[in-house]
Amino acid sequence: MNEFWLIFGMFVITFGIRFVMFAFAGKITFPVWMQQSLKFVPPAVLTAIIVPAVVMPFGDMDFSFSNVYLLAAIISVVISLVTKSLLKTIFFGMLVFLLLKFLIA
Amino acid sequence: MVKYCHYFINLKKVSIINHQQLKKAEFKAGCKAAIPLIIGAIPFGILFGTLAPSSGLSVWATMAMSLFVFAGSAQFIVLALIAVQAPLEIILLTTFVVNLRHLLYATALVPHVSHLPIALRTLLAFGLTDETFANMSQRYQPNSPLGNDHQFAHFFYLGSMFSFYMTWSSATALGLVLGNIIPDMTSWGLEFAMSVTFIGMVVPYLNTKAMFSAMLCAAMASLYFAYLPNKLGLIVSALVGVAAGLLVVHFQKMSINQGERV
Repeated sequence: MNEFWLIFGMFVITFGIRFVMFAFAGKITFPVWMQQSLKFVPPAVLTAIIVPAVVMPFGDMDFSFSNVYLLAAIISVVISLVTKSLLKTIFFGMLVFLLLKFLIA
Repeated sequence: MVKYCHYFINLKKVSIINHQQLKKAEFKAGCKAAIPLIIGAIPFGILFGTLAPSSGLSVWATMAMSLFVFAGSAQFIVLALIAVQAPLEIILLTTFVVNLRHLLYATALVPHVSHLPIALRTLLAFGLTDETFANMSQRYQPNSPLGNDHQFAHFFYLGSMFSFYMTWSSATALGLVLGNIIPDMTSWGLEFAMSVTFIGMVVPYLNTKAMFSAMLCAAMASLYFAYLPNKLGLIVSALVGVAAGLLVVHFQKMSINQGERV
């Protein structure tokens, strides 16, 4: 992939979204349904990335106990619910993953 | 007459000095307000710099992404897409969808920036991250320690975005260096670091029925559409999730309306 176009494209898109409202300074408004749907976008995108990554880490669906990615992900969800802290979730989730990997694989 | 002129000039000088002090105070307060968020962001900047090369991004592109795109969650999501060799169009489309939330932030801030010159608005728009938006929402609260005079609040904005930008780019650079010292992180299964980061980010959203439905439907759709070409499954599943969330909101409103009638 051409990395120049990757960075350039991402810059134009990200800056464009941030700038368009400031440029027209209040001459555009959004319908309510659109404002509501924007709220659902980040969690929906993230979920759609996580689930295939942990259910099919090597390309095929694997719901067995030997899939350490899925096991560690489920435990990480619990850790996140209990600690309510992003950094603690990453730290302990990663620890659980490496331990499981060491024990099972 | 001359005497009065002198007096007037002096007055003007005093007010200029006061303005300078106010601007400085706002800028400093903005830097300070960003500190807690900066502490939270440093590990992610480092993680981004560490993971990027193992996802297949070159060192200069990794640095350029933090310097020019400056959008944490989109940068991580793009890494995940590059790692599975998604085509450029899909990566850009995903960037667009993921960053759409900034439209909401900009809409909320427009009344506070619309009087500023366009060059300044351009700069402020570049720095409109989740974190600076959070800082500005605090600044415009009636109980802000800097008071209700928002004449120079854009210096608070500049302070927050400046310190955040410096942190994000330095942390990325540090991550690149660390990743170089500890080679071949992928063999440890460190791609799970990305998944666990995203898990920590989405779980706090699970606080309403609508959000829960959106995420559950996105999860099921992502498995159903996993084999669509060009990783299109991601966008399709995200749209399924958003539609599910909107439907639940719609039904909740309908039942509330019916309850009122009874």
